Amino acid sequence: MLELVLFYMASTIALVSTILALTRANATHALIYLILSLLAVAVIFYLIGAPFAAALEVVIYAGAIMVLFIFVIMMLNLGEKGDRREKQLLKPQVWIVPVIFALVLLVELVLVLSQSEPATTQGLVTAKQVGLTLFGPYVIAVEIASMLLLAGLVGAYHLGRRYLEEGREAKATRDKGHQISQEGVR
Amino acid sequence: MDGVSIPLDHVLLLSALLFICGLLGLMMRRNIIFILVSLEVMLNSSAVAFVAAGARWGQADGQIVFMLILAVAAAEVAVGLGLVLQIQRRFKSLDMDDANRMRG
Amino acid sequence: MLKLLPLIPLFPLVSSILLMVTLGKMPRRVVAILGAGSVGLAAVVTVLVGLTFMASGQPHHQVLWTWMRVGDFSPDIAFYLDGLTLVMMSVITGVGFLIHLFSTEFMEDDVSFSRYFAYLNMFVFAMLILVMADNLLLLYLGWEGVGACSYLLIGFWYQDPANGAAARKAFVVTRIGDAAMAVGLFLLLTELGTLDIQPLTEVAKSKWQVGDTLPLIACLLLLGGAVGKSAQLPLHTWLPDAMAGPTPVSALIHAATMVTAGVYLIARTHELFLLAPIAMLVVAFVGLITSLMAAFTALNQHDIKRILAYSTISQIGYMFLALGVGAWAAGIFHLVTHAFFKALLFLAAGAVIHCLHHEHNIFNMGGLRTRLPVVFWSFLIGSAALAALPLTSGFFSKDMILLQAYKLPGAGPWLWVGGLLGALLTAIYSFRLVFVVFFGEAKMEPDKLPGIRMALPLSVLCALSIVGGWFALPLSSVFPATGDHHPSHLVEGISIAIPLIGLAIAYLIFLGGQLNVEGLVNSSGGQRLKKFWFSGWAIDWLYDQLWVRPYKFLALILKRECVDDIYNTIVSFSQFLFMALSHTQTGRLRWYATSMVFGLILVIALLQGVIR
Repeated sequence: MLELVLFYMASTIALVSTILALTRANATHALIYLILSLLAVAVIFYLIGAPFAAALEVVIYAGAIMVLFIFVIMMLNLGEKGDRREKQLLKPQVWIVPVIFALVLLVELVLVLSQSEPATTQGLVTAKQVGLTLFGPYVIAVEIASMLLLAGLVGAYHLGRRYLEEGREAKATRDKGHQISQEGVR
Repeated sequence: MDGVSIPLDHVLLLSALLFICGLLGLMMRRNIIFILVSLEVMLNSSAVAFVAAGARWGQADGQIVFMLILAVAAAEVAVGLGLVLQIQRRFKSLDMDDANRMRG
Repeated sequence: MLKLLPLIPLFPLVSSILLMVTLGKMPRRVVAILGAGSVGLAAVVTVLVGLTFMASGQPHHQVLWTWMRVGDFSPDIAFYLDGLTLVMMSVITGVGFLIHLFSTEFMEDDVSFSRYFAYLNMFVFAMLILVMADNLLLLYLGWEGVGACSYLLIGFWYQDPANGAAARKAFVVTRIGDAAMAVGLFLLLTELGTLDIQPLTEVAKSKWQVGDTLPLIACLLLLGGAVGKSAQLPLHTWLPDAMAGPTPVSALIHAATMVTAGVYLIARTHELFLLAPIAMLVVAFVGLITSLMAAFTALNQHDIKRILAYSTISQIGYMFLALGVGAWAAGIFHLVTHAFFKALLFLAAGAVIHCLHHEHNIFNMGGLRTRLPVVFWSFLIGSAALAALPLTSGFFSKDMILLQAYKLPGAGPWLWVGGLLGALLTAIYSFRLVFVVFFGEAKMEPDKLPGIRMALPLSVLCALSIVGGWFALPLSSVFPATGDHHPSHLVEGISIAIPLIGLAIAYLIFLGGQLNVEGLVNSSGGQRLKKFWFSGWAIDWLYDQLWVRPYKFLALILKRECVDDIYNTIVSFSQFLFMALSHTQTGRLRWYATSMVFGLILVIALLQGVIR
């Protein structure tokens, strides 16, 4: 009974914080709400018997990935101008079609769900079980995931490096121009 | 703490609602940061569905797929944020409606 | 000595290749010696080989190498020497040498002297291959080779587009016949399994009965090739235009040798034609009708070379008549005498043209008898032989043809009467030519006289035109013997008298003036008939209407590319779609996401519908 109450509470928090996260104009605020949502989902994971997944959700999602977001937002140093513009653009013609589509899709999903037999979650799946399955039948998936992460690493490095290098070059040319103009004065 | 009592339908409904939220954000927001956030929400919602399905049968497979989704999300965020840096440099804006050079 | 046989075509080939690769850089004297000398050497070897052959009398068969091997079909490069081949080779190398000699003077001012001899030698080589070939495939190689050389030489002065057009016409028209001949060869190969002439006839005789359909079809297809090459109805239109080439070329290719290749082909495959009596009859009537039509046309021409061209068509018609009635030897005999006197006439005409600043119109000439005596006598002898005046070579051959035609049961007398009419017309137009050009008052003065290199071939050909008919050709072993019973003296007398009557008529009209036909000619019907005959029975016009114009019309339609319209429609439809769809490429991420969601909705809806 307690679990049910906790589940509905966590679900409500997750939904509300997600909606808030996606409607914020300020990116940092949005991220705080998103972290809240992810933590609520972690609680749900715990409740349906997946404590390992809940831990990962907190550590990797709410921790590592969101920190990445925050770093980038800090690097970009976003001003107030973008916020205002973002608020302006939420006019009906912008959101009416997506909302209709989203509602239709939701109806469809609910219809699909309603066809299934009622069932409940059962039992606890421990970290040991997960680990055994992961490095047993799913070892190839681990390999694929490692390759994917490597690709992501290389891609991120490549994209980020050019950004940094070009910034340095721009600084270098600016300095040079400054020098030349000084020479011209002399 | 055996988790028996939670109806699967409700977990899946939560997953669907989260997915729809993410989708709406994807369709409505113009800021690339929020688009990436929406994608994270959608990935997370599908992860909920997988874990719930795994819990329904008491199997570990759902959690394993969740971990794969984590890997995908991590890679996607890494590359996506790299692209955000590039876009900011090129267009001096994070508004994706400005980055419409591929217009036909 | 018979082993020297391959040398005969080799000399002209080597000379031709030498002349080609030196690109006209050799001095003219060397070119002349090489060009004429190679054919002269070939003639000498031909004489040697001929003497050896006459001594033994046995056909000689010489395989050089296997040309190709395709499955069961392996034609050889092989030569076959019998009486017929020897006769043809003698004509080609002998008359060919004289014409080459003549050319060295005729063409001496031409800038493309070397190119001319390269082509001419190549022609002699191809023609020799044609007559010496042991199988029909090699014969076909020579056949196409002479066609190509003919094309090159008709268009020799290519700077004038009219010459190029004439060359193209000759090439295209003969190609029609050649296509028929190729089909005929395919038919023979598939039906009889070989193209070697001797085994082919053996197999044909054992496999087919007289009057079967297959030999008829094969013979008619071969006849198609012969008709195209020998300028017979209905493919004769190219020969008058072929006179655009240099005159010695007309003498060699378009009078003495190449145009008689069709006659040679039919004579060579006469065993096949004997199996198809209907085809023989077709040959006879094609020959007769062609000879009459060409003779009427020749009466009305005023270009000296065109008169001779139509006369050539007419004379080859006689040869076809002879072949059609089974007088093989007579046909070949006429081929030989015709080669002598027509080459003589063409060379003499060439000399006239050479000495009169390239004048072709006979009515601008006149009175040349005293000014160009050598040419006059040559022309007179040639015309006499052409008209078949008694004791000239043409008389013997034409007489033989007419008598044998008369003997043919059934249509024989009719063919004979037609032949006599042709002979009468021949006499009239040939002496019209002589009287108009060499008698009467002079209208032009020759600016030079023919030199020794022109006079010598003319003299030799004069002698041959007279005595050429006094000897029998070594053809008795090649062709089946024809009955030797003579028809009545009346028939023979008429045959002799007709040319004399023609000569008299020509004299009365064109020289004496006693017979005035001005009124008849100037009447409206006469004018119209004259115009009609002048245009060669309007055959060119007819072909223009029948083939050229519909073809051009079709080309005009197809120029719009109506087939491509289908593809163009597809293209424009795709482009329309592209234009429409490119508007959906807004470049906006949100738009794309929304489209994807729309698709997702559709897919889920569909799947649900399917599952239910």
